[in-house]
Amino acid sequence: MSAGDLATLVTLFLAIVVATPLFGTYIYRVMEGERVLLSPVLRPLERAVYRVCGIEETGEMDWKAYTISVLVMAAVAIVAGYVVLRLQNVLPLNQGHIPAQSPDLAFNTSVSFETNTDWQNYSGETGATYLSQAGVLAVRNFTSAATGMAVAIALFRGLTRRSAKTLGNYWVDLTRGVLYVLLPVSVVGALVLVWQGVPQTWEPSQVVHTLQGAVQTIAVGPVASQEWIKEMGNNGGGFFNANSAHPFENPNGLTNWLEMFALLLTASSLTFTFGKYAGNQRQGWTIFAAMYAILLVGAIAAMHLEYAGNPLFPSDVLQAGLGNMEGKEVRFGSAVSGLFAAMTTGTSTGAINSWHDSLMPLTGLVPLFNMELGEITPGGIGAGMYGMLTIGAILAVFIAGLMVGRTPEYLGKKVEAYEIKMAMLTALVLGASILGFTALATVTKPGLAGPLNPGPHGFSEILYAFSSQTGNNGSAFAGLNGNTVFYNITGAFAMLIGRYGMIIPILALAGSMAAKRPVAASLGTFPTTGVLWVVLLIGVVVIVGALTFFPALSLGPIVEQLLLNAGKVFP
Amino acid sequence: MTAARSLMSIELRRGTRRFQRFVSLRGAKPGPTPPPTRGILDPEFLRSAIGPAFRKLDPRLLIRNPVMFVVELTAALVTLTWIANVTGFEPVRGPSGFGFQLQIAIWLWFTVLFATYAEALAEARGRAQAATLRKTRSETSARRRRADGTLEDVGSSELRKGDVIVVEEGETIPGDGDVIEGVGFVNEAAITGESAPVLKEPGTDIRSSVTGGTTLTSDRLVIRVTANPGETFLDRMIGLVEGAKRQRTPNEIALAILLAGLTVMFLMAVVTLRPFGLYAGTTVGTVPLVALLVCLIPTTIGGLLSAIGIAGMDRVARFNVLAMSGRAVEASGDVDVILLDKTGTITYGNRLAASITPAPGIPEVEAVRAALVSSIRDETPEGRSVVELARRRLSELGQPGGTGDQAGLDSIAATIAEEVPFRAETRTSGAKLVDGSHVLKGAVDAIGADLDRAMPREVLAETEAISDRGATPLALRNDGRVLGVIELKDTVKEGLPARFEQFRKMGIRTVMVTGDNPRTAASIAREAGVDDFIAEAKPEDKMAFIRAQQADGHLVAMTGDGTNDAPAVAQADVGLAMNSGTSACKEAANMVDLDSDPTKLLEVIAIGKQLLITRGSITTFSIANDVAKYFAIVPALFASVYPQLNALNIMGLATPESAILSAVIFNALIIIVLVPLALRGVSFRPAPASVLLQRNLLVYGLGGIVAPFIGIKAVDIVVSALHLA
Repeated sequence: MSAGDLATLVTLFLAIVVATPLFGTYIYRVMEGERVLLSPVLRPLERAVYRVCGIEETGEMDWKAYTISVLVMAAVAIVAGYVVLRLQNVLPLNQGHIPAQSPDLAFNTSVSFETNTDWQNYSGETGATYLSQAGVLAVRNFTSAATGMAVAIALFRGLTRRSAKTLGNYWVDLTRGVLYVLLPVSVVGALVLVWQGVPQTWEPSQVVHTLQGAVQTIAVGPVASQEWIKEMGNNGGGFFNANSAHPFENPNGLTNWLEMFALLLTASSLTFTFGKYAGNQRQGWTIFAAMYAILLVGAIAAMHLEYAGNPLFPSDVLQAGLGNMEGKEVRFGSAVSGLFAAMTTGTSTGAINSWHDSLMPLTGLVPLFNMELGEITPGGIGAGMYGMLTIGAILAVFIAGLMVGRTPEYLGKKVEAYEIKMAMLTALVLGASILGFTALATVTKPGLAGPLNPGPHGFSEILYAFSSQTGNNGSAFAGLNGNTVFYNITGAFAMLIGRYGMIIPILALAGSMAAKRPVAASLGTFPTTGVLWVVLLIGVVVIVGALTFFPALSLGPIVEQLLLNAGKVFP
Repeated sequence: MTAARSLMSIELRRGTRRFQRFVSLRGAKPGPTPPPTRGILDPEFLRSAIGPAFRKLDPRLLIRNPVMFVVELTAALVTLTWIANVTGFEPVRGPSGFGFQLQIAIWLWFTVLFATYAEALAEARGRAQAATLRKTRSETSARRRRADGTLEDVGSSELRKGDVIVVEEGETIPGDGDVIEGVGFVNEAAITGESAPVLKEPGTDIRSSVTGGTTLTSDRLVIRVTANPGETFLDRMIGLVEGAKRQRTPNEIALAILLAGLTVMFLMAVVTLRPFGLYAGTTVGTVPLVALLVCLIPTTIGGLLSAIGIAGMDRVARFNVLAMSGRAVEASGDVDVILLDKTGTITYGNRLAASITPAPGIPEVEAVRAALVSSIRDETPEGRSVVELARRRLSELGQPGGTGDQAGLDSIAATIAEEVPFRAETRTSGAKLVDGSHVLKGAVDAIGADLDRAMPREVLAETEAISDRGATPLALRNDGRVLGVIELKDTVKEGLPARFEQFRKMGIRTVMVTGDNPRTAASIAREAGVDDFIAEAKPEDKMAFIRAQQADGHLVAMTGDGTNDAPAVAQADVGLAMNSGTSACKEAANMVDLDSDPTKLLEVIAIGKQLLITRGSITTFSIANDVAKYFAIVPALFASVYPQLNALNIMGLATPESAILSAVIFNALIIIVLVPLALRGVSFRPAPASVLLQRNLLVYGLGGIVAPFIGIKAVDIVVSALHLA
């Protein structure tokens, strides 16, 4: 990779390291109702929301009430979204005369945006009206992201409160997350994007006559407002089908850098917020270190592999020394596109600035593995933290904690049968959904009708689709025709399982941990900070992930790369 | 040595040598370091476990262990597949070479068998111990006192709580009870292995309780029965060592859930390989898939889990400590505060001479010699310690009569005309010398009476200083002259400060409880190296202290013997009662030390930690092993359709069949290889958690990843050399 590519990676990482404590502290203060810079402006608004919605600000919820609130919110939003998408042809703001979505597509789309996945089996320009885009999808980009954050905060509280029954109030956490955390940053971010040339308009698509005399329709719309939250909320659903590869979504190298920063920002900062809750910043930085170690290894590998290009092509002739440029934007280049692919899947964003289908096979392994780890490096907004703490920290402390001669404990709380049951459930749900649906697709006619390529690449396409949807990532490998009844329905269930199959056991775990009395720390306590713990955390996350998915991965990207090296391709 | 003793105390072998060194640091009396008798791999035990191992294959029993149950199901499935194939009932799919399926089936059966064998082996010793104890329990007759005071003969099984019985010299005590009349010696060898009889008398709180199955060797005791048949100490002990009612501990249950979860996870990974294979254009055979499944699921820890638990209980039992549940042993690993009584636990409980200070104007030699002369005939521990100290000092001063100088001592002894024994009215003792003078030692005020001159101020200051240190001053005089002061003090048991230092390293705080005043307590606490002390403690203070510590999130262990201690022992997370203690205290405790040695709490904690470390290490090892197995089996599964996957065959295994077979064989053998480790426990050295973690992670985590690469390759070399696949 070039020096410029490396600089992109290094500056991005440094910016995140600087932003994490600042934004992490801000999130903590907001979530605990402390006064922040924006309070004079937002506090009246916040109070108004509570008054209108009848929310008791100080009313705490136990884990069951918290979970039910999350589920009620989800159910209402999914149904409402479904109705709008089904009726979008007759509802206002349909300048483009876009038809209603089919029942299965509307179901998939509605679930997709509520689960923070933003998997799109439709094309943004022609499949959703401005009302659907801005009124349903963009709004849900905020609420689904804030819900993920709320659940993470509830887990933090559960892990750190002493002998408590409650985890906070979901409605309050949701409101604060949207009002204080996501909205202000998104407004600023959107304005910066507009400055860089991203459109923000209610005008319909523009019809222009080109110099050659041809007629071209150029889609525009309220793009910038959706663009920033798409990245920041780890949603990933593009206004346009081409997503962040589209020049109106991501015009240049600067916006590309900013979008990567936005998608890493909140998920990374939450590690610091966790440290604030734990009363020990080392706890947070340790999680940060483990997340970024995995992410950066994948990112650097992806950058390198893309820049190295296809071994079957003479580099200087067909690739002009630029690496694997198939499916990529010239303004980003091969290595940075590889970086974006790693970042968008390491977080559960799923925005893309190149076709993942065209990545080198082994590069394709990076996004796949990122998603199959459960989106925890640093993962989706909130979702990354709760995934990492449950599948990573709780399991690691349980497996290895005994080796110091004490029964396992995390943050002073004993990890017992109930917690292990819940943590295992989360891990199993991930595996069951990804492997189960992939297996179903590989042996059924409608499933086999999906992939456009034969051989291992086609297998990767299917595996990627279900990994992405279960991981609530939403990026597509492309090359898979997803808008069929089979893929719409199975995909929707994969997303639901991947989201609520994790949230429910994790909140149960949070509730059980909250009730425990912490054990005092001593020299004999298992250290959950420091290098050793980082290594252990990475080891457990990677080994558990690898053990579950290694056979599948070896039949997809690994064997494809081996075949490619042997000169065998599947045209 | 009795049979019971020889069975209970079994050598700590090679694997635990470090642990033993730790244990042998214990000071106190020569104590209960388990003398070597029979090892874990004693051929008799090895043989006796074979039968039970086969009986445990019964699926109804095995279902308690989900991992091994799955292995048994797969073993049955592969066996049936093989039968179906050889009988031509079903066409062969997948590799079939020379009896390939049969070999896989055999090794799968071995995998289950090795696991049941490990458990049976762990239980074998407990069973032998229980059998010996059961003999002790055999029906004896008892003489029960009727309401009118007359006696009636009844069988021991008819005794009920509250009955009053009479036992004569030479008889076996028929049930647990408290002595209410009479004084006598009881031989408790059947329970404790200690052959020296113990004095029992009523009302002494700790000496009044007797245990059924022990023998009265002198006199006659009247005993109130405190346990119904079947609930006696002996019954409980048999139940415990036999492991019949062994309940899984909370941590074991949590671990079993993890293992079951991993099993389901790998089941998904393996089952979906059939459709994935179909997509790729190949039908992956059932037998290779089953082989992969068994290799991936955590059979190593799944097979050894219960053996580790049983062996941990057994290690505690070998220290003559009876743990009422595995939970108690596990909890002792978590303890981070230990509450220890000063007297009898930290100190010997008897005062010994520590220094001899001459009075002003008296040469030290004279004072020391006077001390020696005054005590030479004194056979009390105090007197002996004065003699010892005086002789040591004489050697240092280069005077005759020093340590080892028998002739010198004899010449000093020859100056004594007669002994002046201790009398209550004079409160002094010593000797009348041949020159007619009297050399006496005694309480300072007693010695101070009728002196030629008033007691020198320096001597009074010295005695005060000694008192302040919590020690006892004794003054020395020769007729009317004061010669000096001897300091007698309660001595901290040898080696204890080092032990406490080790506990500090592990993050465990030691707290001393004493009735002494704070200054005295502080001085002893400093000497013993405990972290904290509670002075002027009343029994209820212990309880308050434990509660306060627990509220701060600490786990507390304590020892106790009196009825006073019972509530605190019950409140503590780990309560170790002395066997010599009252039944109330023993009831409240979750462990009983049969040797009544309170410092054994330290051993129990070490064993608890070792148990947990063993469990964690083998779990880590088991999971880490899977990495290599993937590299062995996955390329083999798809060799026909994707020969390029052979790039993953980094071990260079000979053929797909030998790769699969080798992985399965390794997977079975590793269980049997680790049996000794599971039964003995991994080596344990007191150290901070971070050091333990680093070491164990390196050995069992990294080692767990690397070992199977070597092991599978080695098996593969043998398998292909023998043309087995």
